[in-house]
Formats: sequence, structure tokens, C-alpha cells
Amino acid sequence: MNAPTPALPDLRPDLARIAVMVAPGTRVLDVGCGDGALLAFLKATKDVDARGLELSQEGVNACVSRGLSVIQGDADSDLADYPSGIFDYVILSQTIQATRKPSRVLKEILRIGRRAIVSFPNFGFWKVRLQLLLSGRMPVTGQLTQSWHETNNIHLCTLADFVDLALSLELKIEEAVAIHDSGRMHGFKAPDALENLFATNAILLLSR
Amino acid sequence: MAEIADSDIEGQGPLPPWHMGEVSFGPDRPLSLDSGGLLAPFTIAYNTYGTLDARRRNAVLICHALSGDQHVANRHPLTGRPGWWELMVGPGKPIDTERFFVICANVIGGCLGSTGPKEENPATGRPYGLDFPLITIRDMVRAQAMLLDHLGIEELMCVAGGSMGGMQVLQWAASYPARVYAALPIATAAKHSAQNIAFHEVGRQAIMADPDWRGGAYLLENTRPRKGLAVARMAAHITYLSEAALQRKFGRNLQNRAAFSFEFKPDFQVESYLHHQGQTFVERFDANSYLYITRAMDYFDLAADYDGLLANAFKGSRTRFCVVSFTSDWLFPTTESKRIVHALNATGANVSFVEFDSDKGHDAFLLHEPEMFETLRGFMNRIASERGVRESAR
Repeated sequence: MNAPTPALPDLRPDLARIAVMVAPGTRVLDVGCGDGALLAFLKATKDVDARGLELSQEGVNACVSRGLSVIQGDADSDLADYPSGIFDYVILSQTIQATRKPSRVLKEILRIGRRAIVSFPNFGFWKVRLQLLLSGRMPVTGQLTQSWHETNNIHLCTLADFVDLALSLELKIEEAVAIHDSGRMHGFKAPDALENLFATNAILLLSR
Repeated sequence: MAEIADSDIEGQGPLPPWHMGEVSFGPDRPLSLDSGGLLAPFTIAYNTYGTLDARRRNAVLICHALSGDQHVANRHPLTGRPGWWELMVGPGKPIDTERFFVICANVIGGCLGSTGPKEENPATGRPYGLDFPLITIRDMVRAQAMLLDHLGIEELMCVAGGSMGGMQVLQWAASYPARVYAALPIATAAKHSAQNIAFHEVGRQAIMADPDWRGGAYLLENTRPRKGLAVARMAAHITYLSEAALQRKFGRNLQNRAAFSFEFKPDFQVESYLHHQGQTFVERFDANSYLYITRAMDYFDLAADYDGLLANAFKGSRTRFCVVSFTSDWLFPTTESKRIVHALNATGANVSFVEFDSDKGHDAFLLHEPEMFETLRGFMNRIASERGVRESAR
């Protein structure tokens, strides 16, 4: 008798797009992996050696119950424990803006992985700009749902800001995907001032 | 490790069907010891719970802590108290005895049926006392492997244990990687720290300073170093609790009195509690066993056997590890668990690590910690389904 194959729930579209970037049979670390949905998907569909790092107890429990290898810890302090170059990809999905030292975290994930896939909300999105301009208050949108004093997003950036940081760290942007308000996704060549205005979210595949 | 004052440990459904076993290995099958000698003949006393399935894929080995024994999930024959891990092991528990075949053996050097210093030395016809050879964690594990050979169990679905039990789990994974499908080391370390050795030495000196210890030959002279062993236990017990837990349970409350006695009787509840811990311990534990087993823990340094590099102990391991620690455990703190995780990560082993938020100190692993039960239930169910172990009937 083989172990029953768990049914895969529909993956959130941005996670599904990240999965497209991952080559089969590789070693992957998902930093801030939540309940392990992406890792479980990669393991089941791409035969990936999947590892996670997650802070929340609920997330860790869900991952362990799924048979995923997950370390309870956080991106700011626990990446230092991983040896260099042991992963093909390190994924940082909707997490970098919540770290204390985004630049150090970015350096760390590209130390332990040959490539990194980073997704984040774009603070340069036109509705965000407009809200700040018109109301004079920190924007609250579909992407940025909490007020400034409640949010975990302590280091928000625009797509252009992030590209600047990546280039200043001498990282290569191998692939860039913009996600628009409509949910439509398309690739572009970063940096791109129009995408900085129209993307609600971005996914970048980076390498050293 | 410790008896627990919390009353919620009692009565959680019917006890599983269980079996007390004993196997003796004759002079032709000695246990080779790290100290260089051989132990022969020797006996291992063990308990089992549940049923081994036809393909022998559902065996779970539980390793007990310093002052524990094989009575994991049954009423203790000496004390009448519940088994020390009934919250974790039993019908419908995270380690489900209706689904898994659970084995727990008294360690070599122990005092509840396995060969230790209180048993008869065949060379002299008298109790071993200090003639018993020094033993190590690896010796304990080697003896357990012989027990499993005897039971016809090639591969364990899981080896689980806390504290010294966790040390055995790590040793199992390092010594017999092909026999360990999953490993669950809880509140433990890959080596005993200087601070931990120091506490153990206090305990040993308390025992040896008791005039009734008689140079270890107290059984021959029909005495017991009761006071020394009780003091050892009291000192150790403090290390199993957190400051917050002591404060919550006792604070500065006085015991059965409204004011200080201005004497050296136990005025405070915490004193009375420690006295009780010491007294009940001497009823069930052998003082020399305490010396030998604490020594075995002190000697434990898994990396030392692998060129000083812990990662080498787990090289090429296919075992699934779930490493567990507790926030308020200062005896085996999270930093020690993280060292294990770091080494496992370095070898690319399958490792999960969970740190549970608890203010109960080291003993948290024995106590009611719902988050821990939930996580470990998920882990056990997952590895069982990977191995095709049938679901529990309930």
C-alpha cells in the first residue's frame, strides 16, 4: 500500500506563478512558508526536495502534518544557520517587507541558495500613490489591508526601489513578473517605470 | 523525568493492553561497552503496548529519561502512579497504542529490572555496587538494539524521547540510521553542558556524602543513602522547573502555618514540595543507579565520536527528524536543539524543528501541552501513512 496522495487545493495564483519558475527535481527553501501550500505543491508536482522556515505555530503544525520539513524560526535571525549554497532556490513570498533588515535577508537567501524568488507588494502602484496624495494618509488597499500601526509590513518598497536594491547587491534579475489589479500577470524586463505604476505585486527571480 | 504535581495527568481514558517483558542475554552474547569491557550476562526489562503489525512497520521505541523507566503508559507497579507519558502514549493519544506497537526498555544501569548496580554480580554472587562498569548513552542504545533484534524488529517507525531519552534518540539515529525511519528528540542536546554536569556532580556528591552510602556497598550492609539521594533529587528537580512555574505554584506561600516558625522546619510550600519529591524518589530509585546514569549523561557528546563535527553523525541520513524544545527550558535550552537542527541542515537531512511556548521549564515535555500534542500527532500520523500503517479502528 502506498501512502495516499493528498489532494492539492488550488494554489493562490501568485504562488502558482512562483511554482512555474522552479525547475523540477531541485532543492527549495520557502522562507515564511505559512501552511506549506506552495511547498506541498512543488513536492507533489515537481519532485522538489522541499524545506520551509515559518514563524507561526499554526503554520508549522500544518506543515508537519503534511509531511514537510519545516523549521520554526524567522527570516531575520535564523537564515544564518543554513550552510552556503545548499538550495537551488530560496523563495521569499510576501515576506521581505515584514523583515527588519531586508537587505541582509536578501543577501542571506542568495548565500544559501543559487537563486532566489522574491515576491512583494508594490508600493508604487498608482492607487497607493493616489491614496497618499489625496488623503494624506498611509494607504490601505486590497494588498495592504492593515493600518500603519497594525501592519507587519515595516519595510514597504516600490518595485523600482527593490530593483535598485537588487542591483546594488550585484544580483541578476533573471525573470520579472508583474501582477496587475485584474489578476493578470505578465513578464517584463526590470526596471520598468510603467510596471512600477501598474503592478500591485511583483515576482522576481534573482541570481548571484 | 520528574513526578508531576499537576493533577491533570490522571485518568485520560482506558489504559492500553500492555505487556511486561524481560530478556536475558547469556555469556555468549555480551554487551560491549564504550569503557572497553563487556557486560555479561545481562537482562533488559521492557514494556510493550499495542500490537506489532504483520509487516512490522509500526514499531515505536520510547527512550526514558534519567529517573524514568519502562512504565510509560501503565500504572507503576511500585508507586501506583500513572505511567510517566500517558498524556502522549495510549489509545487515541499522539503516539497511539491502537495503531502503533510501542516499546520502552529500562536502560542498562537502571534499577527496574534491567541489569544495573543493584543486580547480582555473577562473579561474586553479591550486588554489583561500584563494581558495575561505567556505562554510556551509546551502551544503552546498543543494548536496546539487541532487544529489538530479539523481538525481530529490523526497522523502527520512530524513536522518541525527552531529555536523556532524547540523547538516546540522537544516538540511535547516528549509530543505526537504517533502522530509524523517524526520530523525535525532545528537550535534549547533542552533548551535556558544563552547567548540567555541574548539577549532576552536586547530586552525586550528596549521595556519596551520606554515611549510609557505605562506599556504594549499602545493599550488603542493609542500609540506604536515603538522605543523600533525596537531596540529589531535590537539587535536580529545581532544574526541571522554571522560575515562573515555581512562582505560580508556590510563590512565597507558607505550608500549613500563618507565620514563620523561626526554626529550620519547612516553612515554605516550595520546601515542602521539594522534600516530597525527594522522599517519593528514594522509594523507587537506587542511589548507585543514579550515579551511573548521571555519569552516562555527562559523558554524552555525540560530535566527539565524529571528529568533533556533529553534522558527520548524521551524514547521509534518510531519517525524518522532528526536533522539539520549550521556551522556558533552561536545562536543555532551545539553543541546544538549534545546534542539532543546524547540523542536520548541514547534511541535508529531513528535519523539522518546533519550539513550544511554555513556562513550565524542562518538564514541559511530560506535561499537558496541547500545541505539542497537536504537532506530534500530525508528525506521527504522517510518518505512519508514509509507511502504510493502517489507521486506528476508533
